[in-house]
Amino acid sequence: MRARTFKRHIREGLKNTWRNSWMTLASIGAVTTTLILVGAFLVLLLNINHIAENLEEDVEIKVLVDLTANDAETTAVGEELERLDNVKSVTFSTREEELERLMSGLGDEGDIFGLQDQENPLNDAYIIKLDDPTETVAMAREIATFDHVEDVNYGEDFVQNLFDFNAYARNIGLVLIIALLFTAIFLISNTIKITIFARRKEIEIMQLVGATKWFIRWPFFVEGMLLGVLGSVVPISLLIGGYYYLDQNMSAVQQFDFITLLPFSPFVWQVSGVIILIGVVIGVWGSVMSVRKFLKV
Amino acid sequence: MIKMKDIRKTYPNGVQALNGITIDIDLGEFVYLVGQSGAGKSTFIKIIFGDEKATSGDVQVAGHDLVNMKRKEIPHLRRDIGVVFQDFKLLPTMTVYENVAFALEVVEETPKNIRKRVMEVLDQVGLKNKARFIPDELSGGEQQRVAIARAIANYPKLLIADEPTGNLDPDTSWEIMKILEEINAAGTTIIMATHSKEIVNTIKRRVIAIEGGMIVRDQHRGDYGYES
Repeated sequence: MRARTFKRHIREGLKNTWRNSWMTLASIGAVTTTLILVGAFLVLLLNINHIAENLEEDVEIKVLVDLTANDAETTAVGEELERLDNVKSVTFSTREEELERLMSGLGDEGDIFGLQDQENPLNDAYIIKLDDPTETVAMAREIATFDHVEDVNYGEDFVQNLFDFNAYARNIGLVLIIALLFTAIFLISNTIKITIFARRKEIEIMQLVGATKWFIRWPFFVEGMLLGVLGSVVPISLLIGGYYYLDQNMSAVQQFDFITLLPFSPFVWQVSGVIILIGVVIGVWGSVMSVRKFLKV
Repeated sequence: MIKMKDIRKTYPNGVQALNGITIDIDLGEFVYLVGQSGAGKSTFIKIIFGDEKATSGDVQVAGHDLVNMKRKEIPHLRRDIGVVFQDFKLLPTMTVYENVAFALEVVEETPKNIRKRVMEVLDQVGLKNKARFIPDELSGGEQQRVAIARAIANYPKLLIADEPTGNLDPDTSWEIMKILEEINAAGTTIIMATHSKEIVNTIKRRVIAIEGGMIVRDQHRGDYGYES
């Protein structure tokens, strides 16, 4: 294509967007509505995922070493744990440290029990974190079979429920986003189809004077792209404004340190990019599909 | 210019529009196409500019073999043919100038040449001073003249006019005929489908009459031959 013709297509595409201003507004409205929904879901879903990841990060397995194990055997357990795949870190905690932690956890009540006066009933322990925390249950079962391992703790019920919930949340979110995208494409291609139906005469005349298929398509292509970009202006503004507000206020009322939002930057810019991209793709796709309907040649 | 041999056309719904048409039309001829509505005139015209494909037979138009032509070659055929319709087919949102320039943009003419040629053809049809108007601001005759200007902008060797005066009053019709005669005098072949007895019987040219999808009369300097 010659540069001159390319410029002509851009110019025509812009002109047509202006000339068919009502249809343009209708299409932009459809794009805007769906992109707001898609944007909101993206923000929600990605943050749920982020929180879920935070929670999963905190999951650790505590491996209790047999009271009867000597120093060498205890070290051997540690080495064996280090050798496992999927293990991120292994921290050793002596039975004295364990007792300290238990007492500080109990606070004053610890003193009442007078634990420090009795013989320490606790075990030496290894605390391990995993690269893939969803493997926790299987890993714990495996570790429980090692020599000199008395018991393995990882908060069974809580962990299993957490992972189940996270998997649900992710899958449902994904399904919702995909369903939303299909609705958006349907809605937008319908709007654009109406727009183009009103302009089938234009297409007919272009064909009459010997325009090639691509010559006819290009301005519509440009127009679809423009509709996508214009349609993402409001959703992106809402996203930036809304997320900024949320970010400012969440940190103030935050009580649980695992509930943190993804940081404003770069998260907001990434989601904005995705919104523009989706807008442009459905705009272009919608107009190309609809023009095809009227291109008989 | 146009060579047809035993052209038949059956539409998907079973209607047999053309039943064996054989004809030669030479460069520079002016031909009237007459016949009742539904006789096959429109199908005949549509086959010439590639809007419909013949079911069987051979067609050559302006050096293009329409039977073996690929779909993507149709635009190139159209650039060698100008077409004018009863309903003008102008784009209502574009100015007169833009409507004509359109046909030249399609063939990727330079902007300078487009400006020059558009003003040239608008001058030829007497509408140079209405270049900035939109079609709705013009009379029917003027709109048809814009359509003619668009059709000849590309220097076509063949101009097809499908009832160009069908929507116009008699006075305006004669204006249009005058322009078509001038274009023909400059060497362009013209095929004009018409229902106007007055025109055919006054400006005497070759007359081809179609009935039931067949040519029933091909007469040099003929007459209309029907009671209108």
